[in-house]
Amino acid sequence: MTPFDYARATDRADALRQGAATNIAFLGGGTNLVDLMRERVASPARVIDVSLLPGAIEDSEGGGLMIGAAVRNTALAEHAAVRARYPMLSRAILAGASAQIRNMATVGGNLLQRTRCTYFYDVEGSRCNKRAPGSGCDARDGFNRIHAVLGASEACVATHPSDMCVALAALDAIVHVEGPGGARTLPFGELHRLPGDAPDRDTVLAPGELITAVELPPLPLAARSTYRKVRDRASYAFALVSVAAAVEMDGDRIADLRIAFGGVAHKPWRATRAEAALRGATASAQAFRDAAAAEFADARPLRDNGFKPALATRTLAAVLSELTTGEAA
Amino acid sequence: MSIVDTAKQTAQGLMQGALEKLVPLAPDSWIPGGVPDPLIARKHGLIGSPVSRLDGRLKVTGAAPFAAEYRFDNMVYAALTYATIARGRIAALETAAAEAAPGVVLVMTYRNAPRMAPPPAFGSSPGGVGPADLPILQDDRIHWNGQPIACVLAETQEQADHAAALIAITYAEEPSTTSLTGAKANGIEQALFMGQKLLNEIGDPEGALAAAPYRVDQVYRTPRHSHNPIEPHAATLAWIGDELVIHDASQMVSQQAQTMADVFGLKAEQVRLTSPYVGGGFGSKGLWDHQVIAAAAAKLSGRPVRIALSREGVYRTVGGRTLTEQRVAIGADADGRFQSLIHTGLAVMTPHNAMPEPFILGSRATYAAPNILLKVEVARMNMLANTFMRAPGEAVGTFALESAIDELATELGIDPVELRIRNEPDKDPISGLPFSSRHIVEAWRQGAARFGWDSRAPAPAMRQEGEWRIGMGCATGTYPYYRMPGAEARITLTRDGDGVRALVEVAAAEMGMGTSTTTAIVAAERLGLPLDWVEVGYGDSAIPGAIMAGGSQQTAAIGAAVIAAQGALVAELLKLAGNDSPLAGLSVDEVGCDAGGLAKLDEPARRESYASILARAQRDSVSATRPGSPPLELMHWSMHSHSALFCEVRVNAVTGETRVSRFLGSFDCGRILNAKTAASQFRGGIIMGLGMALMEETQFDERNGRIMNPSLAEYHVPVHLDVPEIDVIWTDIPDPHTPMGAHGVGEIGITGVAAAVANAIYNATGTRVRDLPITLDRLL
Amino acid sequence: MSLIVNGLEVPAPADARVSLLDHLREGMHLTGTKKGCNQGACGACTVLVDGERILSCLALAVQYDGRRITTIEGLADGDALHPLQAAFIEHDGFQCGYCTPGQICSAIGMVAEAKRGVPSHISPDLTAEVRLSREEIQERMSGNLCRCGAHNGIIDAIRGTVAAEVGA
Repeated sequence: MTPFDYARATDRADALRQGAATNIAFLGGGTNLVDLMRERVASPARVIDVSLLPGAIEDSEGGGLMIGAAVRNTALAEHAAVRARYPMLSRAILAGASAQIRNMATVGGNLLQRTRCTYFYDVEGSRCNKRAPGSGCDARDGFNRIHAVLGASEACVATHPSDMCVALAALDAIVHVEGPGGARTLPFGELHRLPGDAPDRDTVLAPGELITAVELPPLPLAARSTYRKVRDRASYAFALVSVAAAVEMDGDRIADLRIAFGGVAHKPWRATRAEAALRGATASAQAFRDAAAAEFADARPLRDNGFKPALATRTLAAVLSELTTGEAA
Repeated sequence: MSIVDTAKQTAQGLMQGALEKLVPLAPDSWIPGGVPDPLIARKHGLIGSPVSRLDGRLKVTGAAPFAAEYRFDNMVYAALTYATIARGRIAALETAAAEAAPGVVLVMTYRNAPRMAPPPAFGSSPGGVGPADLPILQDDRIHWNGQPIACVLAETQEQADHAAALIAITYAEEPSTTSLTGAKANGIEQALFMGQKLLNEIGDPEGALAAAPYRVDQVYRTPRHSHNPIEPHAATLAWIGDELVIHDASQMVSQQAQTMADVFGLKAEQVRLTSPYVGGGFGSKGLWDHQVIAAAAAKLSGRPVRIALSREGVYRTVGGRTLTEQRVAIGADADGRFQSLIHTGLAVMTPHNAMPEPFILGSRATYAAPNILLKVEVARMNMLANTFMRAPGEAVGTFALESAIDELATELGIDPVELRIRNEPDKDPISGLPFSSRHIVEAWRQGAARFGWDSRAPAPAMRQEGEWRIGMGCATGTYPYYRMPGAEARITLTRDGDGVRALVEVAAAEMGMGTSTTTAIVAAERLGLPLDWVEVGYGDSAIPGAIMAGGSQQTAAIGAAVIAAQGALVAELLKLAGNDSPLAGLSVDEVGCDAGGLAKLDEPARRESYASILARAQRDSVSATRPGSPPLELMHWSMHSHSALFCEVRVNAVTGETRVSRFLGSFDCGRILNAKTAASQFRGGIIMGLGMALMEETQFDERNGRIMNPSLAEYHVPVHLDVPEIDVIWTDIPDPHTPMGAHGVGEIGITGVAAAVANAIYNATGTRVRDLPITLDRLL
Repeated sequence: MSLIVNGLEVPAPADARVSLLDHLREGMHLTGTKKGCNQGACGACTVLVDGERILSCLALAVQYDGRRITTIEGLADGDALHPLQAAFIEHDGFQCGYCTPGQICSAIGMVAEAKRGVPSHISPDLTAEVRLSREEIQERMSGNLCRCGAHNGIIDAIRGTVAAEVGA
């Protein structure tokens, strides 16, 4: 680890003031940043601890929930309102990492997790445009089982590793940000970027900008939602493919729905095409598969991840079938 | 009263009950016409009962010291820098920034390292256990991607790690071979294992195969595996005068000390290596570059050194199991009797080591066939030296063989259990030797009944519950009985009030197998002492002899050495007893041990306690050291452990995910010495086998020979939710031709498991997967 | 700045890079907490902070100023083992013993979570009272790897003791 200064932010204003310096990193639970620093993927000169800033889960003005960025993952997953009104979010969080890590990790930090691409992590021995812009991408023709099939670029085929973010993408969450330029909000889908030719930038956040809260809008249909994660062992593994979905039925028709995929792209993948295909449609296995097929029509599989479109399609069909037939949510 | 105390009392109660029967001394060799170990006849003692680990308390309180937890005054911390090319030379090496970094005490590269001899490679000399015959930090040559090329010592680990990253290296790359295709193109050679060709041919196997009415002929592939003990490799060491003291994590204590002595030009007794606790090894806790480098750096700096490899460091410098490509072809008649058995293929190794994965070993004695071809060939790659990993050979070889038998059973329409039983050999098919103890059929029958094998669907893809397709599979596991020469035991009896305490010292290693507890049990039974009067010393090169925790032979090796030492000890005691003792005039053959002393076998009232003998002789203690006898039994019998494995899987019809829902291992491994720790060894092997079947693969990038998942996050081993309750049973039939009637139990557990899982997956889905691991994408 | 480790107040390290794990092991010589991967991937370094289980390898020691940390060394009451420690011996919930302190600390934290009502990924009903079935314990303990394969004994030890109250 490169030497750095550690400072605790006393309040949000202090955090922003300290965050205006160059080469800083905001520290939440440390579950990703400390690892990245130890692997020398990240080498901030100054680490500003924002994990102790007030973090609460409160009813928002619009009837949703306002979640402080410093709220721990476990606290969010176990919150009664989240369990009852946004079950997919509880399930997504609980499907991620391990209990120890969920106890440490913050909501803000989870949003800023970096990819698990092994070439990204291999500072000494591999080329990676995300870590060292312009150096090349060794993943494209290397081990890329966990890599993207949608929205990737020549420069980068990495995936976003978060489970929580997949649910937040489906739930139309709003990200509250504050920075040198003041406060702003972002629709969740606009926080993370596709890699394009600047894969070093995972998000649209400007230097010094701090995520202060995540807002869940009121979304009654989310009460009927779930999250399904498919991975290489039964627990404690990153997703190969995951699906967050919420459905509201009107008889046998789908009145409204939300779908997002994890493990398939550089960002949590909101399945707008599939949603459009299914909104108002009669629920059927064929309709689900067709909708997923539409979503993955542009998929570009790599050497090791050609199974992902099919796996995502099948998983989505199973999840929607479960949600629309009324079995276990 | 604590559970520990209760267990001890129970054990003592058992002990007291057993003391009614004198145990004669055991024979010191096992040859035709000889007598079995008398301990076999002792049915109500400690042996076979479930005894909790004697080191349990230290382990559950965190008090057991592991290698990276010793400390010396003035100690510094080491960090390594690793090469990033597969082959070539170091063109430029810039160390100034590292040397100037805070806290740095030394930067050592080939330019300033002390001159050291290459370690003798494993198998090349009696004490040599080097990973390869390569010099360590002696020149500018790079032999694998990940090779250590610099070592930094600093006052703290953080400083050392940081400085190691500041070393800038420029390479002059040279052509390398890092792909399987390339390695094959370079040439394939007949494999030699321990100096012997891995080749057996009987009759006309190809001709018989072609003529057989039923046959399978398939290729199976297994990837590289990493041992991944949870304790990363580490050593804490110091030069004290001209003696090198190493606290290491080792499963070959004396051999490593000897090899370190060879490297540094020392006498063997100048290296003291201790390793009382090892956080898992599975074949990997041996000598690798890091101990040599740390000792050299300690010498150069004059400071004691702690070297604790990072998890990535373990992947870069500690070899794993290599990949294999295996062909299994079986020709059978309509009754399922094998007419031809062919098991051949390729393993990859390096130009500098001698470890072809010997995957045919398990095929030599498992099934009868009049025509047999077994052959391992090797191709070479520029990579980290591969090494032995739990059941080297058998673990991957049984995957191929036992999958093929399942495929043949399908062809024939014969139940796979029945097919295996039908091909039981009556003698070793290769050597022609009789089996010393073979009860695999009993293991099959008992296992099948207990598992409910008769409820298996006779055809694939017939059972489904919800999304889950359910199937059952089976396989045979096999592992040979070994007993390596070189073991010694020292038994010391010391007076303690009216009784004695026994110290049994063996240069053995304990990685959690339960060796120290089992040794105490056996010694207590032989000496006629309660368990808690016996202490076992091990894991220290100062103890005479050399024993290795490898080949599942340590228990037998210790057992024979303890027998020899006990014989000598009793002779010494009889000498000390003198003319005033009730034992006066008796020879070693006429006495047995019980109740804390010696007694005449046919006149048990004629007896004297150890304490009394010592007291009369005015001695505080008596000690005897003896080597175990040569392992002659191996020349007279074909000796193996066996298992019958039953697996039930659930394969998700939507996602292809496999969950093992039930598993039963039915073992035939001679007499079980400690039911508790043996069960754990069986389960541990089975669970590692589940990992091998479903998820484990060391990702080796064929473009540059770099391991790309050097992490426990990306190299998947089974987690709690992957592991069902595993049922284990055993025949408990003693082998009359081994010490205690026992066989090793450390490696048999993993053998056959991957095939049992693959066969169950076939039964569940109708999909036959011949390449490991069986990840979900293969089942979509 | 100071941490409270097993009831004792100790200064935080001067070097901010020092993890809580290394501070315990190298700074305080409390080596019962194990380093298995230093990557947050094995759970061997699990300790309890204010009763919650965390990974000490991913924790900067300076970040835990003022927090109460319990390690494996802090569980036994003098010579009397914590019931879970004793159960690990009885059920042979380990072989090499290296993952053991982390498993034990994790299990204690796990039971506290269950009592508080935290559901798991596999809980069929997120809003129901938590009952720790064998499978629930397996899921909740999956952050602690064991390579010797003592999984069955570990779960048995937990079920028989600390999880009994909330058992299913």
